[in-house]
Amino acid sequence: MPDILDARRTASRGLMLIAAGLAGLAGVYVLALRFTSVERFQGLPQKIFYVHVPAAWCALLAFSLVGIASALYLWLRDPRLDLFAESAASTGLVFSIVMLTTGPLWGKPVWGTWWTWDARLTFTLILFFLFLGYRALRSALADPLERARFSAVVGILGLVLVPFVHLTVYFFRTLHPQPIVLKPSAPSLPWEMLRTLLVSVGVFTVLLIGFVMTRYGVGRMGAGDWGAEEGGTDGS
Amino acid sequence: MAEFFRVALAVLAKDLRVEHRSRTAMVSALSFAVLTLVIFNFARDAAALSREAMAPSVLWITFAFSGVVALNRSFALERENAALDGLLMAPVSRGALFLGKYLANLAFVFAVEAVALPLFIVFFGVDIGGVVGGVILVTVLATAGFVAVGTVFAAMTVRTRLAELMLPLLLLPFLLPPVTWAVQATARLLSGRPASEIAGWVRLLGLYDLVFLTACLLVFPSLMDE
Repeated sequence: MPDILDARRTASRGLMLIAAGLAGLAGVYVLALRFTSVERFQGLPQKIFYVHVPAAWCALLAFSLVGIASALYLWLRDPRLDLFAESAASTGLVFSIVMLTTGPLWGKPVWGTWWTWDARLTFTLILFFLFLGYRALRSALADPLERARFSAVVGILGLVLVPFVHLTVYFFRTLHPQPIVLKPSAPSLPWEMLRTLLVSVGVFTVLLIGFVMTRYGVGRMGAGDWGAEEGGTDGS
Repeated sequence: MAEFFRVALAVLAKDLRVEHRSRTAMVSALSFAVLTLVIFNFARDAAALSREAMAPSVLWITFAFSGVVALNRSFALERENAALDGLLMAPVSRGALFLGKYLANLAFVFAVEAVALPLFIVFFGVDIGGVVGGVILVTVLATAGFVAVGTVFAAMTVRTRLAELMLPLLLLPFLLPPVTWAVQATARLLSGRPASEIAGWVRLLGLYDLVFLTACLLVFPSLMDE
């Protein structure tokens, strides 16, 4: 069974990446707290920025991966693509939870409110519900082929939805800080802060890849030959 | 192409005939709409909150939820006696099946809205005389979009356990954007703001309809192949 060995190798590589990512995360904390100056107006709460923004980036990246893998699945019908989409969705759900919890933690001291119905916040909530719905649908379907096709459709429609919701950001007046790094003109963040942010984004991306690889590898190990359990599970 | 629309219309006619004979979807959706309107009316503190301030949200909560109730019925119908398998055995395009089911769902939701809107005017005493055209336009555009996605999702959730719970959860992220745009447009219409303030929302709703109707037509066939 070279397949199983292959899957095990993927999973263990994923675990190594996670270990590296966690060490990097400790480094990010040190870098952010010790070697990056405190923002003048927001004070210490601004440090959450170095976790919040990378988490949001990872959630969005994970969702793009789900959408792309879903579209490829409907085209190629390779079960590995379905498993990859599932791994990315589960990881994305975790990052979107990090994003949704760190945001209010920053918002309370800086804005004076945990939550506001700002377009960007609504957008993150929609992203979270997309992941949640995707996961719930998967768990409610017994037949693996049906589950793969159905969740691929949700993944694709979700990918279509994301740019739409992003558009609305420009229609609302917003409390959320405007983009300071990815914008048409040059980044307006001081170099020291930008450096910490970029390191953190890198570390979070390594973590994302590690989580997806581990989950994918473990899934491959469990699935083995995919069609074996098929038939008889669906009641009708 | 003519064949495509003929099949779609046949599916639509079938659904309308079934509904005409049983009236289950209409009655459940309508009683839901009336219940919502009545609860909101009694929940409102007349001294603290004007009718106009609350009206757009009440209207859209009623529309969105009765829409979901109607959508839940659409494929539950096909599930009984394996009617869907019969439809799928017919040598017709899956896209046409989608279009037929979509038009039937749209007809249900529009019918519910057509009854709920006058009820809303009566119960809430909101004067929409001058902007009735605008309110209808916004309603039609918002409904057309979320019903397209809802039709695709209803076809999937009917195959799951707890279908009635799964559809709202899955539809929620897709329902939020058009409903938030529609509710903002409606609020501006009811408070007599100039049309230029509403044009952006209307365009966005139209774009949403176009993009999602196309996307749904493209993905629906892959739900149905075995």
